[in-house]
Amino acid sequence: MKTKDKNLEFRILKNRLLYVTVCVLSALTAVPLIAILGEVLIKGWDQLGWSFITEATPNAYKALTAMANGESVPGGIANGIVGTFLMLLLAAVVAIPVGILCGICLSEYRGNWFATIVSYLTDLLQGTPSIIIGIITYIWIVVPTKGYSGYAGSVALFIMMLPLIIRSTEETMKILPETLKEAGLGLGGSYWRVMLKVMLPASFGSIFTGILLAISRVVGETAPLMFTTLGSAVISWNMSRPMSAVPLLIWEFFNDPNLQSLIWGASLFLLTFVLCLNLLAKRIAKKWKI
Amino acid sequence: MQDKIFRTLLIVSAILIPLICGGIIYSLSSDASEAFGHFGFWHFIFSDDWVTTSGKESYGALPFITGTLLTTLLALLICIPFSLPVALFTGEYFRGKKIAAILSTITDLLAGIPSIIYGLWGFYALRGIFMHLQLSPQGSGILTAAFVLAIMIVPYAASLSSEFIKMVPADLKEGAYGLGATRAEVIRRIIFPTAGSGIFSAYILAIGRALGETMTVTMLIGNTNQMPETLRTTGNTMASIIANQFGEADGLKLSSLIAIGLLLFLITAVINMVGKILIRRAQHV
Repeated sequence: MKTKDKNLEFRILKNRLLYVTVCVLSALTAVPLIAILGEVLIKGWDQLGWSFITEATPNAYKALTAMANGESVPGGIANGIVGTFLMLLLAAVVAIPVGILCGICLSEYRGNWFATIVSYLTDLLQGTPSIIIGIITYIWIVVPTKGYSGYAGSVALFIMMLPLIIRSTEETMKILPETLKEAGLGLGGSYWRVMLKVMLPASFGSIFTGILLAISRVVGETAPLMFTTLGSAVISWNMSRPMSAVPLLIWEFFNDPNLQSLIWGASLFLLTFVLCLNLLAKRIAKKWKI
Repeated sequence: MQDKIFRTLLIVSAILIPLICGGIIYSLSSDASEAFGHFGFWHFIFSDDWVTTSGKESYGALPFITGTLLTTLLALLICIPFSLPVALFTGEYFRGKKIAAILSTITDLLAGIPSIIYGLWGFYALRGIFMHLQLSPQGSGILTAAFVLAIMIVPYAASLSSEFIKMVPADLKEGAYGLGATRAEVIRRIIFPTAGSGIFSAYILAIGRALGETMTVTMLIGNTNQMPETLRTTGNTMASIIANQFGEADGLKLSSLIAIGLLLFLITAVINMVGKILIRRAQHV
């Protein structure tokens, strides 16, 4: 009898132990997030200001003289903000309609051999390392046009966004009830009208979430931009010339000892933008749940 | 008529994906063929030369393949003891509770942080700690890169595993509880065997993420082109050598870098496909 009790005690002890271990290790996962946010916030807070987001990056000489005079490094990341905005805008304007159409196609023809292949290839493209997208855009756009450009960066971001938007559209369309479509068709609506005016609005919330997440995913990408848009030290609105981008600027600051003091402000800007988009997407997903 | 146009539009947009994928394989292979032709396919993979002096140029991918495999496997090992508890926390212990939602928001945010910021944090904060603990002489190296990579893949592994843990049928668990099992025993004997294949595929996909991660690794691995001897030394991965040297490369070197890119693409493609197939299978059981 006694041994049995001991056995039971041991089992209960093991059970408790697992519970505590799971809780402790889960809590530890929050540590990196707090550490990263803290580091970026503490070091970057002083740098953020109006001039930081309206002025272009200083050159090394200006930064050096400012540092020699004991002043803080002037200038900001406006060239990066303009570049990121333009390239992202162009990429999104093309990727959103194409991605949504392709997503509709995949969910409408599901089970068909063509749709199955495209679906697998979408996964393949989504899993492709961003540096490969950079190389491929270099081969496709930069080499034939003989120059780095904002357009090339935009193409790289487009290729990265496309599978994300396709996936979210496809997943959403799949869970919409078939009866919704039948009702629309039964009322005499033509196929395209039912798809675009009934099915798409019904799934708007979660497709919109998918788009926000796709943007937040690619806005911080550095690798695909390094060999495509190169970077530019002045504020440039011309997309056929090299442009800058916020993550690209962070990479430049990291490599240039004279500009290192700007690194945390730029990181704080990027991190705030990305995390806000993420939280916003989460809220919308909750509110518009199908 | 309009329907026909719409359906054609659907198909045309869907054809874009095979075109891009095929184009990637075609362009990478045709640009890599110079390097493969010059060194021989197998020799290129198994050579650890990286000589850039013109005239004596000789390139091999082995140090970078080794670096990629080492960082990825190490990252996976470090990631498991954190992602599995998180998956159990959100999928079993506190399923549907507020605290689970908070934890999954935290991991979602971790997943959202751009890799360049992970790199900065690793370089400026973690490197000092690693040097202090004497885990690595310069602070940067394979171990440091793998540690940060592990943090980056925890969210992916955890959220997918959690989905599969939630899918375990309640009656199976209830049956075990009815027989007097403790929660730990239910987890070990019911949840893990049932959700096992799904959890396994989650880790395969996490590996796929870690393989191609570029910026973080480039900033933390130390960027040396020899074979890594221990985990504490510096090295380079396939992605980081491309990030470092692609900008100023031309001729044979450019082709060699693209060849490394092709290999990286093929490895991640295989890993991702295996993961996806396993996942689809696990979901349909």
